[in-house]
Amino acid sequence: METFATLIDSLDQSTGTTRKVDLIAEHLHAGDAHDNAWSTLLLMGEKRRRLMTGRRLRDVLQACDAIPDWLFEDCQSHVGDSAETLALLWPQLKGAIPPQSVDPTLKQWISTIETHPPLHWWMEQLLPALAALEPQLQSAALLTIWSTLPDERHFLFNKLLTGGFRIGVARGLVVKAIAKGFALEEALVLERLMAPQEPSQCWFEGLTAAPAAERVNRGPVPYPFFLASPLQSDTLRDTPAQDWWVEHKWDGIRGQLIKRESGTYLWSRGEELINEQFPELIEMADSLPDDTVLDGEVICWRVDANRPQPFSDLQRRLGRKSVSRKLREECPICFVAYDLLESQGQDRRSRTLEERLNAMNELLSPMITPRSAGQLRISAGARLSAWETLDTLRHQAVQEGAEGLMLKQMQSPYLSGRKRGPWWKHKRDPMTLDAVLIYAQAGRGRRANLFTDYTFALWDRRSSDPEHHQLVTFAKAYSGLNDREILELDRWIRSNTRERFGPTRAVHPELVFEIGFEGIQPSKRHKCGLAVRFPRILRWRQDRSAESANAITDAMILCDEDHSPQR
Amino acid sequence: MPLLEHTDSGLYCRAADAWIDPSRPVRRALITHAHADHARPGCDEYWAVESSEGVLRQRLGREITLHAMPYGQQFWLNQACVSFHSAGHVLGSAQIRLCVEGEVWVVTGDYKRCADPSCEPFEVVPCDVLITEATFGLPIYSWEPGERVAEQIRAWWKGDQEHPSLLFCYSFGKAQRLMAELHAIGVEDEVLLHGAVETVTRSYRAAGVPMTPSRPVSTISSKDPLAGRLILAPPSAHRSAWMRRFRSPQTAFASGWMAVRGARRRRGYERGFVLSDHADWQGLIRTVLESGASTIYVTHGQNDVLSRFLRERHGLDARPLDQLS
Ligand SMILES: [Zn+2]
Ligand SMILES: [Zn+2]
Repeated sequence: METFATLIDSLDQSTGTTRKVDLIAEHLHAGDAHDNAWSTLLLMGEKRRRLMTGRRLRDVLQACDAIPDWLFEDCQSHVGDSAETLALLWPQLKGAIPPQSVDPTLKQWISTIETHPPLHWWMEQLLPALAALEPQLQSAALLTIWSTLPDERHFLFNKLLTGGFRIGVARGLVVKAIAKGFALEEALVLERLMAPQEPSQCWFEGLTAAPAAERVNRGPVPYPFFLASPLQSDTLRDTPAQDWWVEHKWDGIRGQLIKRESGTYLWSRGEELINEQFPELIEMADSLPDDTVLDGEVICWRVDANRPQPFSDLQRRLGRKSVSRKLREECPICFVAYDLLESQGQDRRSRTLEERLNAMNELLSPMITPRSAGQLRISAGARLSAWETLDTLRHQAVQEGAEGLMLKQMQSPYLSGRKRGPWWKHKRDPMTLDAVLIYAQAGRGRRANLFTDYTFALWDRRSSDPEHHQLVTFAKAYSGLNDREILELDRWIRSNTRERFGPTRAVHPELVFEIGFEGIQPSKRHKCGLAVRFPRILRWRQDRSAESANAITDAMILCDEDHSPQR
Repeated sequence: MPLLEHTDSGLYCRAADAWIDPSRPVRRALITHAHADHARPGCDEYWAVESSEGVLRQRLGREITLHAMPYGQQFWLNQACVSFHSAGHVLGSAQIRLCVEGEVWVVTGDYKRCADPSCEPFEVVPCDVLITEATFGLPIYSWEPGERVAEQIRAWWKGDQEHPSLLFCYSFGKAQRLMAELHAIGVEDEVLLHGAVETVTRSYRAAGVPMTPSRPVSTISSKDPLAGRLILAPPSAHRSAWMRRFRSPQTAFASGWMAVRGARRRRGYERGFVLSDHADWQGLIRTVLESGASTIYVTHGQNDVLSRFLRERHGLDARPLDQLS
């Protein structure tokens, strides 16, 4: 624990990222693998079982009548953390602690502590055993350990016991440090961290092994997804158009399909196994050779249709654990493959996109028959001929039911996480409507004291008499305002509340906001007959009156535009 | 009638017709020490310890009427016998002892109990009624000896010879103590000073306090990167335009408040050194007990906490000072 404590102290005393990375790298490089496994997990703040509560530690100390309860309370509210409060109080109180009766086990512990045992001894032997003792023995043991430990180690010890160990080291720093300390690619470290983590020597050795020793067969473990960034400007136009591969960006869910001898695995981007929701895809993958990993889009697409079905159909399937025959027929599922991460047991990610696409075509083309097309398609793409064509292509893609385009650099490897540069998504502009704020609700967490969840309405102007026009709930939105606007709106809501329904407040329908969204569809479940995707506040239209907000009929028109070429 | 009473201008002793550390201009002021929350300008006459004269005149004006008394010397103001006794807080800091008709009151002002090579040590003054400060009146505060902290500071400073080391601290008292503590552990390097620190340091040099050599940072060419140099500056200079002169300095703050991690984080210094010129919890309790006072008033911080503790655990008649009537 000594070296880990020294590391924590040094990290605490430095603010520079580079310095922190160096400190962690040095520590991990010098340390023993078993301890390093623990250090790594602790630094990354991996959730651990709380062995004892701060309250229990406090009660043990308080049982000695060292200081009055109210005084402890005052100290704790001043410090803000019970483990730290106890550590700060100890030097003052230790004189008042009577010597404890020491049983043989405890004697053994104490003599071990005096030999500066490794971190894993604390984490695996002492702390769990201490937590499991019956209360009276536990108190005696705890007090004796506190008396044995140097004062400056109390904070760490208490933190390890209470489990709330956080010292402000981001996971990213640890990844950087491991990469640096063991001369590995950060992507490789990240990827290895995706496998189940355990504080063992074996795990740490696997985490830091030289890349050559990498096993190709990762079993069911997915590769980290590479994520595209939104294309914001024309910056790419300085590069030759022919460097870029253009394909449709489908509005489905991202999936990684892994075929191994041991089984087939379909992973979502959130690293959830979604085999059960899409049995057809698992069956389809049976015809893939073993040790093949594909990246692609899971989407509803009828075999004979020239465009996919709306996202809401996919959602119907996502919600179910078992898929009925009826649902299979109404929402037929398809995997649109657009990248090949592994084939013939070879990790292909460092190859160029061009090579990967060629290999993918070679592999999949024979499999695509008129019948199988229902479940497997190869994403249709092409090299970009000229930048001038991009807008037309995007428009066309949207017409064909896509969200927009993907632009991928032909010579780029398959990276991990979101790295700007080789992959861009070029979506259509969001649809927008001006809507009226009608309800507000307090937010959660940091914003629990503020009204940050809003409900917006559109006009129902079907009646010819303007007196009978009414506002109908249209969408909820939480994000899009800046902190200043949130505060201003919060004040306004408080002084313009019409009625309260539990946590919700109905406000005077006066304020207009421009709401942006990605898609809109008819829906029977919604009051206004429409459902929108990803609604968000684009801006507060302080220049508009409630009367000038959009009507449901305006939304209907967007709805038609969104899916008119369909069926 | 108590010997001291509250007035709009602060604590007033009717027998001496004098105010202690008055908050507004008054006829006659008895000053515990020259910190701004204790010594304010505009009084007709001041009474203080002779070793505080330099800083007092610097801060209140050269022309003030100041009766500078040595520690321990008793003098009469009307019916009251008054004397100043070392408080160990900063150079020339004093507790004020008032004796009227055999009853003795002591106002500690700010004080500390641990050794400080830059000022006179604290003196225990027996009394009937003690008015004590309680800035750090919580048992989480417990100070390490100054030389230990000086060692930590030296290690921090010497650990980075490529950048300047900016150590923030109060310009009167703490800065000079730091130089004295560093000197005491054998540091002979020249320390650079922010202007606000420099002026006070002159008074300390005049009083013969042994400190590391120093000079104003302003006397050094702005092209000098000051790599490996230690610079002392007041907290007000942190993140100010003045700081732009230093290229990627390492920064630290020396204060008792640095004992708590949250406080360190919130202030945004990289490093916190726990060094205070106030008494820690044990120092406060010890002082109260050693004074032999049966009545205690607590001010300047954790008034409720310390007085409640003294009542409950030591059976003393202890109250927050605002309950003095
Ligand atoms: Zn002071
Ligand atoms: Zn003060």
